[in-house]
Amino acid sequence: MSAAAIPVPTAPRESFLTEGYTIASWLTTRDHKRIAILYAIAITLFFFLGGAAAALIRIELVTPRGDLVTADTYNKLFTIHGVVMVWFFLIPSIPATLGNFLVPLMIGSREVAFPRLNLLSWYIYVLGGIFTVAMLVAGGVDTGWTFYTPFSTMFSNTHVVWAAAGVFIVGFSSILTGLNFIVTVHRMRAPGMTWFRLPLFVWALYATSLILVLATPVLAMTLTLIVIERVLHIGIFDPALGGDPLLFQHLFWFYSHPAVYIMVLPAMGVVSEMITCFARKRIFGYRFMAYAILGIAAFGFLVWGHHMFVSGQSVYAGMVFSMLSMMVAVPSAIKVFNWTATLYKGSIVFTAPMLYALGFVGLFTIGGMTGIYLATLAADVHLTDTYFVIAHFHSIMVGGSVMAYLGGIHYWWPKITGRRYSEAWGRVAAIVIFFGFNLTFFPQYLLGYLGMPRRYHEYAPDLQVLNVLSSGGASILAVGYLLPLLYLGWSLFKGPPAGPNPWNAKGLEWTTDSPPPKENFREPPLVTEPPYAYDPEHPER
Amino acid sequence: MNERAGWLLPAASDVAHRVDHVLFALFVVTGFTAIAIAFIVLVFCLRYRRGAKVDRSNAPANKRWLEYTWTFTPLAIFLGFFAWGAVVYAGFYGRARGAMPVFVVGKQWMWRLEHANGRREIDQLHLPLGQKVRLVLATEDVIHSFYVPAFRIKQDAVPGRYTELTFTPTRLGTYELHCTEYCGTDHARMGGRVFVMRPEDFARWLAEGGTRPTMAARGFEAFRRLGCSGCHDARSTVHAPDLTGIYHRIVHLQDGRTVVADEAYIRDSILLPKRDVVAGFEPIMPSFEGQASEADILDIIAWLKSTGPTEEK
Repeated sequence: MSAAAIPVPTAPRESFLTEGYTIASWLTTRDHKRIAILYAIAITLFFFLGGAAAALIRIELVTPRGDLVTADTYNKLFTIHGVVMVWFFLIPSIPATLGNFLVPLMIGSREVAFPRLNLLSWYIYVLGGIFTVAMLVAGGVDTGWTFYTPFSTMFSNTHVVWAAAGVFIVGFSSILTGLNFIVTVHRMRAPGMTWFRLPLFVWALYATSLILVLATPVLAMTLTLIVIERVLHIGIFDPALGGDPLLFQHLFWFYSHPAVYIMVLPAMGVVSEMITCFARKRIFGYRFMAYAILGIAAFGFLVWGHHMFVSGQSVYAGMVFSMLSMMVAVPSAIKVFNWTATLYKGSIVFTAPMLYALGFVGLFTIGGMTGIYLATLAADVHLTDTYFVIAHFHSIMVGGSVMAYLGGIHYWWPKITGRRYSEAWGRVAAIVIFFGFNLTFFPQYLLGYLGMPRRYHEYAPDLQVLNVLSSGGASILAVGYLLPLLYLGWSLFKGPPAGPNPWNAKGLEWTTDSPPPKENFREPPLVTEPPYAYDPEHPER
Repeated sequence: MNERAGWLLPAASDVAHRVDHVLFALFVVTGFTAIAIAFIVLVFCLRYRRGAKVDRSNAPANKRWLEYTWTFTPLAIFLGFFAWGAVVYAGFYGRARGAMPVFVVGKQWMWRLEHANGRREIDQLHLPLGQKVRLVLATEDVIHSFYVPAFRIKQDAVPGRYTELTFTPTRLGTYELHCTEYCGTDHARMGGRVFVMRPEDFARWLAEGGTRPTMAARGFEAFRRLGCSGCHDARSTVHAPDLTGIYHRIVHLQDGRTVVADEAYIRDSILLPKRDVVAGFEPIMPSFEGQASEADILDIIAWLKSTGPTEEK
């Protein structure tokens, strides 16, 4: 560990954490760093709520017969798993926690552009969360997170309106966060921090914010239309009332496909920071990496129809969406190649964050490649709505986004808390999660090819072996997710002081105290060099 | 029901082989690339680990030609797969000359299937080996999806419209049928079996249906019962289009459009008569929404087909 060479650091006497100790001081804070921590607590609660639903699903699927829960309960479980994980964990995960904490620090600003809106966005998130938990307590919802019509508007007897209201509300917190980052990055960069000196994390958050602001309103409208049809029986999606069910799918995926990039672009940003730091090497192809981020964000808006190849949409529309989907895969491939090339002639050290980053690259590559299967029309007809799709998007969202989120939490943990965590336990957890993930989802790729449909409470007995393997992997994954709670919790109280820059990393956030003072920097920073000025020949510098 | 031999799924239709070729090629190309990337990452990680005494001088921070290479090579490969997949996909929806029609109606939580001679099945489908089949799908409630893994076919049944799919069974046996669009409580139990039989066995099975009227006969009965014949009959005094042999004819509409009178058009004309008014006629027909069931409409279509000169068998 390079950190061993650093003289024993001491904790700063004053930091944003010492500004106030009362609950009120937290709940009324306008400090982006404290809001980031508020978000981190909230999304962690929702992560374990969504995880509990997943655990019940996997336990149910250990046997082919539906013997643990009823079919209706099972349907509610996968719905709540999807709703909570997508809107209450994955979408806010990196942007609202690491993004909130780091974007101002990385660009050398004292604050985000709109501190009050930032706090408001957290309260909106909590309000949306309250609606969702209330809906759950009242009996849940069984439409699947996709809310397909006319099932959701005319046939489901569960709390669709409450669920839609929760998601509708939480969408506005996304919009406010996105708006804040866009203005912050445009207006509040330190002197010398040109666009092409921005860390790739900031580029990724910037692109993500554009998607948040442009796509989320479409979701809000779509959910509103669902409620209008369900409550007022005004025909929009149900043909019995003169509507069109495919219209719903177009509107829903117009938001929900870009939403995938909302989840994965920030992850790419995090991984770019960690790989370059622990390889002690400038990121390979910085400009191509930045352009690839923008390319993904732009093309991401043009591929929604690939969710609808068997929906009855026109064959020619299918072809256009298939081709555009192939295009969006290219910048993702560029990123994988550039991360790999960054390792070349580096001076690589395998810290816990680096293990998460390497795990991300592997699992994201698999998720991206299986995406090509699904973008290929003929293959998609067989694979869509089977476990192949489940495994594919969990590779991107769990193997990708969650891995990167956890890696980022480890990487910036000393900066956020001012304390070190147990590296050994960090590495153990990263490896456990990697193996747990693969054991969970590789069998699911096979199950999908063999024709096991998704959202099935029961399945053919000959598929039991693969399902048992998958459930076994899920329990390993659960251990991997609980471990960081323990050793990071320990670090919070007992961890040794980290010092300003324990990783010897570049970037403005490492030039200030850990934890940073309320105003972020004691003196306004001036940027004079390009990002990632690492030298692999002198890793200690 | 246990059709899978180990971890292999049988390929029981013409479509299945074509799809499997695409999948196999995808597997080889992506598998090779994944292993290559993993190998390179591993080599770099070992060779350039901290403390290893290796040459790290002049480490490149970018290489323009390399970026272009790994931009355009994947693009070309991806577009190749796009084109291949699109050609196979188009085959699912191609012109179905000589295909045997099967009408599929999804309903929470069962499949009702109907053959042209009027034989109906629930959650079971009997098909003759080697005969091209054209499925016409409808649903009475929510979206369902008709999926036979061994055939590699899947098609949503969408409320308010017909969807269709063409394939040929090529292997005798019994195969799973699933619903793959989530449709509520018993979604997982909405399925059944597909039996592919020798043509002579199928003919015998089809005849066992006995004396039940054919779809066309029931359609004629529905045409009378619902009062369609009151206006559309040749002897009627009401000015309405004569429907004899209408199926697959080109129809000129009031607003200048021309359409082919396929299943979807006939269905829409019964339920939404004001939408596509035929040139030269007044829009006086009422909607039969709520009066004509999905089964009635399919029967009427079968009858209209039977009145044509080139009946599609």
